[in-house]
Amino acid sequence: MSAIPPPIGLLAELTHRCPLGCPYCSNPVALEKRGDELDTATWQRVMREAAALGVLQLHLSGGEPTARRDLEDILATAAEAGLYSNLITSGVLLDRARLQTLAAAGLNHVQLSIQHAEAEAADRIAHFRGAHARKLALAEQVREAGLALTINAVLHRGNLDAVAEIIALAEQLGAGRLEIAHTQYHGWALRNRAALMPEAAQVEDSRRVVAEARQRLEGRMVIDFVAPDYHATRPKACMGGWGRRFLNISPSGAVLPCHAAETIPGLRFDRVTERSLEAIWYGSEAFNCFRGTAWMPEPCRSCDRREIDWGGCRCQALALTGDAARADPVCALSPDHGVMAAVTAEPAGEALAWRR
Amino acid sequence: MSAAPSLAPQVRLRHDAARGQWVLLAPERVVVLDEIAHAILSRVDGQTRIEAIVAALAREYDAAEAEIATDVREALEDLHRKGLVRL
Repeated sequence: MSAIPPPIGLLAELTHRCPLGCPYCSNPVALEKRGDELDTATWQRVMREAAALGVLQLHLSGGEPTARRDLEDILATAAEAGLYSNLITSGVLLDRARLQTLAAAGLNHVQLSIQHAEAEAADRIAHFRGAHARKLALAEQVREAGLALTINAVLHRGNLDAVAEIIALAEQLGAGRLEIAHTQYHGWALRNRAALMPEAAQVEDSRRVVAEARQRLEGRMVIDFVAPDYHATRPKACMGGWGRRFLNISPSGAVLPCHAAETIPGLRFDRVTERSLEAIWYGSEAFNCFRGTAWMPEPCRSCDRREIDWGGCRCQALALTGDAARADPVCALSPDHGVMAAVTAEPAGEALAWRR
Repeated sequence: MSAAPSLAPQVRLRHDAARGQWVLLAPERVVVLDEIAHAILSRVDGQTRIEAIVAALAREYDAAEAEIATDVREALEDLHRKGLVRL
């Protein structure tokens, strides 16, 4: 096996608390409690360790990271350590003054979520009245503060038909980048899968709309599109490969190869309070378990794409086959691929469990 | 092309000590720079004109200005298309 490269990105889930109730949330159904969250000094140490380890990009996430009143202190330490910082936020707890404070602490980039292009539909999905209007105001303030702006929208049955309007809204808000991502079915989203799963025709239409917009907006707004797994025939290189590029830290300090990894039974995750980030990245059982290609079963093991998609998503393999060590069933070469067609052919569910 | 190129807002040039290389950092992007790209970008400050960058590089690498000028323009135009440099 080739040498393990240092990680390039850290997703720091500062808290699981969030005022919104989006049913597509990929946070675990059993959310971590406030009392279990890492304290300021520990997060600051983690930022310095991450930078020393080779992390270049920091993604401050959650939950809603601005629910932490010490976000400025954590951010300032990260900036001093040279990390490029990205705040992934719903925006509803932010105002102009706090945004200025965050910018002064060294924030580079704000990734602001929207749920739909129309206020009423957006607020219904977010389960928060007035959320959409606040987000529109905040987008303007992000630009005023001189920060880079990404608009992010998670796509599902309830907003996929509005993808053209979502793109137009991002353009109107002056975003330099738009991330439109089909729902990844982990956590709350997996629980709500039957209600969120789009129709095949919707998926096709949206692909066309996105492709046209990309061409039209080239050089003005970058559009990153996360394709829907359940309607695909080749898996994604989840996280760029397990333990290759990213690490994720949960609010209580568990260091994870991806944000859903705790769903995998039998894996033990080291905590930042127990070992250094470097020791965990290179030496922990959880990171080494699915790293590289040695763990792979067929058809991955002999596949010429094994170092392109790295076997796909372990959590998806678990959710759909019951075994995290099988090929991602998104792949048409997987013996389990039939399960994808079975799920997408299920009748649409109506009930949504709001995240709480 | 205007006279003095600059990095786009919130684009950062920094040394990546862990990998022994120079990189440009931007939202969701890490662009690894080769020696020439780094030599150019380390002189991009929003004040230094392209002609001055070319002249400095020609001196440093003991090369003809015409040849350097082509490299500099191509590199900056490429980064401009990627949204990383303002021209």
